[in-house]
Amino acid sequence: MPEGYETVVGLEVHCELATATKLFCGCPNVFGAEPNTNICPVCLGLPGSLPVLNRRAVELAMRIGTALGCEIRPSVFHRKNYFYPDMPKDYQISQYDEPVNVNGRLELPDGSVVGIERAHIEEDTGKTTHVGATGRIHGASHSLVDYNRAGVPLVETVSAPDIRSAEQARAYVIELRGVLVATGASDGRMEEGSLRVDANISVRPTGSDILGTRCEVKNLNSLRSLVRAIEYEARRQVELLEAGGAVTQETRHWDEDAGVTHPLRSKEEAYDYRYFQEPDLVPLVPDAALLEAATAGEALLPSDRRRRIAEVFAAHGAEASAEQVLTVIELDLDQLVLDAVEVGADARLALARAANEAAARPDDARRLDPRAFADLVKMEHDGKLSATQSKTVLGALLEEGGDPADIAARLGYEALDTAELEAAVDRVIAESPDEWTRYVGGDAKVTGYFVGKVMQATKGRADGKVVSSVLAARRDEAAGR
Amino acid sequence: MSLLDAGAAAVAKAVRAGDVTAVEVIEEALARLDATEGDLHCFQTVLGDKARREAARVDEAVGEGRDPGPLAGVPIALKDNLCTHGIETTCSSRILEGWRPPYDATVVERLRGAGAVAVGKTNLDEFAMGSSTENSAFGPTHNPWDLSRVPGGSSGGSAAAVAAGVVPLAFGSDTGGSIRQPASLCGVVGIKPTYGVVSRYGLIAFASSLDQIGPFAPTVADAALALEVIGGGDPRDSTCLARPAPRLIEVLGRGVEGLRVGVLEDFVDDVSASCRRAANDAADALAAAGAKVDAVSVPEARLGLPAYYVIAPAEASSNLARYDGVRYGLRVEGPDVEAMNARTRAAGFGREVRRRIMIGTYALSAGYYDAYYGQAQRVRTLVTRAFDAAYERFDVLLSPTTPSEAFELGAKTANPIEMYLSDLCTVSSNLTGQPAISVPYALGDEGLPVGVQVMAPALGEALMVQVAAVLEQAAPAEARGPVPVGGRARGEAADGA
Amino acid sequence: MAGIGIDEVRHVARLARLELSDEELHGLVGELTALLEHVDAIRQLDTSGVPATAHAIPLSNVLRDDVVGPCLERDEVLAAAPAAEEGRIVVPAILREEP
Repeated sequence: MPEGYETVVGLEVHCELATATKLFCGCPNVFGAEPNTNICPVCLGLPGSLPVLNRRAVELAMRIGTALGCEIRPSVFHRKNYFYPDMPKDYQISQYDEPVNVNGRLELPDGSVVGIERAHIEEDTGKTTHVGATGRIHGASHSLVDYNRAGVPLVETVSAPDIRSAEQARAYVIELRGVLVATGASDGRMEEGSLRVDANISVRPTGSDILGTRCEVKNLNSLRSLVRAIEYEARRQVELLEAGGAVTQETRHWDEDAGVTHPLRSKEEAYDYRYFQEPDLVPLVPDAALLEAATAGEALLPSDRRRRIAEVFAAHGAEASAEQVLTVIELDLDQLVLDAVEVGADARLALARAANEAAARPDDARRLDPRAFADLVKMEHDGKLSATQSKTVLGALLEEGGDPADIAARLGYEALDTAELEAAVDRVIAESPDEWTRYVGGDAKVTGYFVGKVMQATKGRADGKVVSSVLAARRDEAAGR
Repeated sequence: MSLLDAGAAAVAKAVRAGDVTAVEVIEEALARLDATEGDLHCFQTVLGDKARREAARVDEAVGEGRDPGPLAGVPIALKDNLCTHGIETTCSSRILEGWRPPYDATVVERLRGAGAVAVGKTNLDEFAMGSSTENSAFGPTHNPWDLSRVPGGSSGGSAAAVAAGVVPLAFGSDTGGSIRQPASLCGVVGIKPTYGVVSRYGLIAFASSLDQIGPFAPTVADAALALEVIGGGDPRDSTCLARPAPRLIEVLGRGVEGLRVGVLEDFVDDVSASCRRAANDAADALAAAGAKVDAVSVPEARLGLPAYYVIAPAEASSNLARYDGVRYGLRVEGPDVEAMNARTRAAGFGREVRRRIMIGTYALSAGYYDAYYGQAQRVRTLVTRAFDAAYERFDVLLSPTTPSEAFELGAKTANPIEMYLSDLCTVSSNLTGQPAISVPYALGDEGLPVGVQVMAPALGEALMVQVAAVLEQAAPAEARGPVPVGGRARGEAADGA
Repeated sequence: MAGIGIDEVRHVARLARLELSDEELHGLVGELTALLEHVDAIRQLDTSGVPATAHAIPLSNVLRDDVVGPCLERDEVLAAAPAAEEGRIVVPAILREEP
């Protein structure tokens, strides 16, 4: 971000709800079916058909509202009128000025808080495929429409313009995704379109409390797109202002390949959605039954899970790497770590192995027996396995399960006893007098050389960290300290 | 006298008893249809062989000792905005020409379940927008009483089919008067039930918050029977009340002793002398039968028409957006999708539908919503409150159904607003959601039937029908259909056909 | 006084996706103006504090269970469509992105 300016971002996140059926009809809500196989008179908008609201979708929407600390209110549905071939009725049923959830908040891992203006229910549209040389909308000869997704329930969560950087926007989406998954509302898969993000971006002089003119950027299909688009758009707007121009309020499309945003339509084509209350649906009132369903059986939210880890680590006098904590929560491996610590594994080491090695294979890791994982961490912590060996054993454990001690034995990982290791270190020192002189003289760069030699000499059985400490002890002796 | 002229209940009774076969009844209805259709053009689609097959199934049930239902073998006609599985359903519009719904409307299912047999789909003003059936893309329907006159609308085909004795029962939809007004003009009974008493599932929407399906019959009893069959909760319509259909047959003979009847005096200056006289005579008849009759003014009733002419087109503009040439019905090709949409809609919708889409779109558009649509919805509240207040003093209200007798074809096509005034007395019930019935009550100065309207508070169907049955007894037989095509000679009895 | 000009009529026709002839557009200026004058009767009313009626018979929480029901046969749907290809409905080129 150029000097003197601040980015202001508000995000609209569309989340497909994990219901069995669509919002207003009994068609299956599934991803990847053959085109136009999950459609009926209602979601195809056939003349005479009428919508009936899915109870489960309402409950999930209210769960999201509860998790985001929203006020859950009586709400109504409106029609948003515009013509588009993937929208069967040529209006979208959505909540407009009386949404179900309002005034919530989402606390991010760094402690910052983003306000939630609303989280409302609406229906999804179908999917259009453009046929022609490029496969894009421009230059297409014609388009093909699949209505399987039409009528799938969505909750659109609209944040306040409280986000101040692309990175914070990324953290917000990850945190929100965690909440959506925790509530059971969503599978959180951005790549399948379960989660779609639009960003309202503006810039202003640092310190100003007046909002600048914003642009809404669409087509942000990944976290990477989100970050790049915000950075690009903020830069574009600052350059405009610096050149004496003004930002035009408009909708812009993110072009991932070109790495730029471009305007979606000119101003004179502005849509007029002619909202009015949907006469085919009746108001929604959060009664006792709905509110109970909205809070029942809820999984821990990401913030609760972070707190839980922090408490356990504090109790063991260990410090947790914030980044590793986010990783294990995102991949659902935090319980593995906590279970391992519970049966005696070193907290810091268990977290590291879970966030690094286990995280590389999250599906296998979630099936890992916590006791076996704990045993492995203990073996490494007690020096019975070197770090390298420990990682190899963990790999085998993820692959085939079993007892880490058996795996280590099968791989021939007998831990060195101290005398054997010290003898190896001494031999290496004797063979490399020049390097040793430099090391004793304080050149830390040659540490790696000695560790490597000792590893070679012990065929990888030594633990790098233990080698380092033995070397340090020998140096202190040589220096006469 | 033919069994058909004895009415729906009599037909069903005879068929259930095995005195006559459903096939025989249906054949007679089809023969009458065939004989009158050239003059009247009541039907958009005739279901000859399908009707015969369904009738045979009814007879089969009777033969096997199963009860085919309260409308066993009764030939019926369905307004062509009610979806029928596999049978062309056009709304009398070019844009839906050839469209065959993949499902049945709830009322169609219920009627079939009760043993009724549809012999055809009836003509209407395109998308139910009109008061004369002249807005049909497939030509107008003629009034059986006088072929130079309109049957009213929008359910003109259904009203005329009953008035001509082709079927003893027909079904239409009423958004601003589209059942009651043609019923009045054709000398038959027509009911607009309380909003939500009959499922709208499968009724092709005109104005969703106002539309309601209802029956036409020569008698109050048959109309009541039909409403008992089609009414009741439906999980496919969120606005349908989760309660059983009203019980009406049991109240028919109860009389009006002690009932408080308010005679609405707010339309006096807007209706013809015949219509005014019919309402006054009806009031006298009720008083004579023991009702406590008093005049009442509900000035807000006059706000109904302008509010209606904002709300109905606004909802219609949205309901009719889906006819865009993409998924079904007409497509007129264009270089891009927007051009294709716009050409299809311009070519597929008739003039009146285009006009109403325009006014409705305008009323909802940015900058005008609050002045028009928002204001109309608030006025709707005022109208409802005013009627609710009147129902604190009266059990039912009585008024003319229409401002005039049936008018000449073409008389009002040049002036849309004059045509809109046909709904003056009927629209308020749609805005308030309250039920109303039109009962044939007199022959007017032009020798054509004139109906009177009984209105009741929400879910007051039983009371309304109770009063209507008394009026029916008091009315002269010559004011009521069925009539031979072209009408009866003066003095000819109703049963002389 | 209510009224509507030709530019507005054109704008509304675009919103409503109706490709109307100039003759009809000009005719609509008068027709819509006449209608708006008729509707003026309610525009003049003071309705401050009066709630809007969206549903004549108030209901709330009409919900269905999240249970899968039957779908339509694709062939039946595509047969009713003006044009279809590869299991999908064909439309002419789309010039604008979804709003």
